[in-house]
Amino acid sequence: MSSKFKSIIRNSFLFYLPLILLFVSVFNEFDFNYLNYQYFSFNFPFILIFYWSLKRIETLGYGYIFVAGMFNDAVLGFPIGISSLTYLIICGFAAYLRNITLRPSLIKDWLYFLFTILVANSINYFLLILFFSIEINYYKIFGNIIFTFLLYYIFAYIFDIYRKIISRIKT
Amino acid sequence: MVTSRDDFVIAIRSAFLKKGNKQRFSLIGLIFFSIGLLTLNKINLPITNYLKITLNEVVYRSSFIISVPEKKIQNFSNKIKDHYNLYNDYLIVKEKINLLQSEKYENEFLKEENKRLKKTIDEYIYNSKEMVAKVLIDNNSPFLKSIIVNKGSKDNVKLGMAVLDGSYLVGKIVEVNYSTARALLVSDLNSKIPVGIEPGNIQSILSGTGKQYGKIEYLESEIFIENESIVYTSGSGGLFKSGIPVGIYNKKNTEEQTVTFFSKLSQLTFIKLVSFEEDNN
Repeated sequence: MSSKFKSIIRNSFLFYLPLILLFVSVFNEFDFNYLNYQYFSFNFPFILIFYWSLKRIETLGYGYIFVAGMFNDAVLGFPIGISSLTYLIICGFAAYLRNITLRPSLIKDWLYFLFTILVANSINYFLLILFFSIEINYYKIFGNIIFTFLLYYIFAYIFDIYRKIISRIKT
Repeated sequence: MVTSRDDFVIAIRSAFLKKGNKQRFSLIGLIFFSIGLLTLNKINLPITNYLKITLNEVVYRSSFIISVPEKKIQNFSNKIKDHYNLYNDYLIVKEKINLLQSEKYENEFLKEENKRLKKTIDEYIYNSKEMVAKVLIDNNSPFLKSIIVNKGSKDNVKLGMAVLDGSYLVGKIVEVNYSTARALLVSDLNSKIPVGIEPGNIQSILSGTGKQYGKIEYLESEIFIENESIVYTSGSGGLFKSGIPVGIYNKKNTEEQTVTFFSKLSQLTFIKLVSFEEDNN
């Protein structure tokens, strides 16, 4: 009985791990900024949301993504709703790619991810600058986009392994 | 051609309108909801302010708890660095203490003399009320430099209060919730502080750059400032009193005039919130 209970807990934790990671990353601003490398930062929630919206949206869910965006705004001090909108735009792009893809390929997903984060960031900062008069360092945004794009490949590879483990547990 | 357009429309419709398996909300519904929230934010209705304050209270506390492991790692790496530099730091500190000891007596005399002179010319003498606050979240985001502190409107924190680290200015309060408040750091791009540069009492504006130094702005080109001059608040605008030390002036070339902040803004743990009032006595 006890071992069965333990395995249920373990399996639920494994199943909800991406969701837990999403909330931890928005609360914690998980981007290794404290390493103090100039221009090095990346947007982990973007990677997480794009990958799981593309591969298995049930893991995250649009409602949770929306709430995570609101939390991210509160942590960063941005107007409430701006990150939710950005995250949902990423979901939209990922869902479109999922619908039109017959044979998935990591390289194609990766390039499409670059296009997605460029559009999402453009909308995000366009709204912040134009409607909320917040000043932003463009070099840092550029650095953030580049590193987010580059790290997607690595994280996607890790998430693929994780998905295999999950499906093995299920069967 | 028509078929490919149809495919595009179907894919878009399915992506945005269709609720997936186990999904309660459609993507388009949530996108409109976010836009609605943003619009309400822009209009600044009282109800959105209450929503924001409640959300902030919950999120700041949760964020503080979740950030504990990351902070532990950060503190551990700082400790190692500190141990490594211990001997060199000791020598520098020893030298500084000797220098400060002699300056202390001189300062006390100047302070009293200054008070006397200010009274003679009828200038305001400020009384400061201060409280110590703990930094809950040190938000070192690449785009926004701010900290969340554990004092809010229930502790009488007000918008615009100065935030000091020891006696150095590090920011000002820009958002007050019930038990927490957000301080915008002097290093943030949106921070603009009226300053005076000594010697010479040169008036200028200090803008944040998002880094450990600020930028001197709105300064006439013919004004010469000595390297390593001290930058204080000027008191213009009446928000802060004059004479709070902010940083040290460095001139690398004619275009780049920076101010290195005295306080290490990424390592704030306890800060002072100070409001200044006129002393009527």
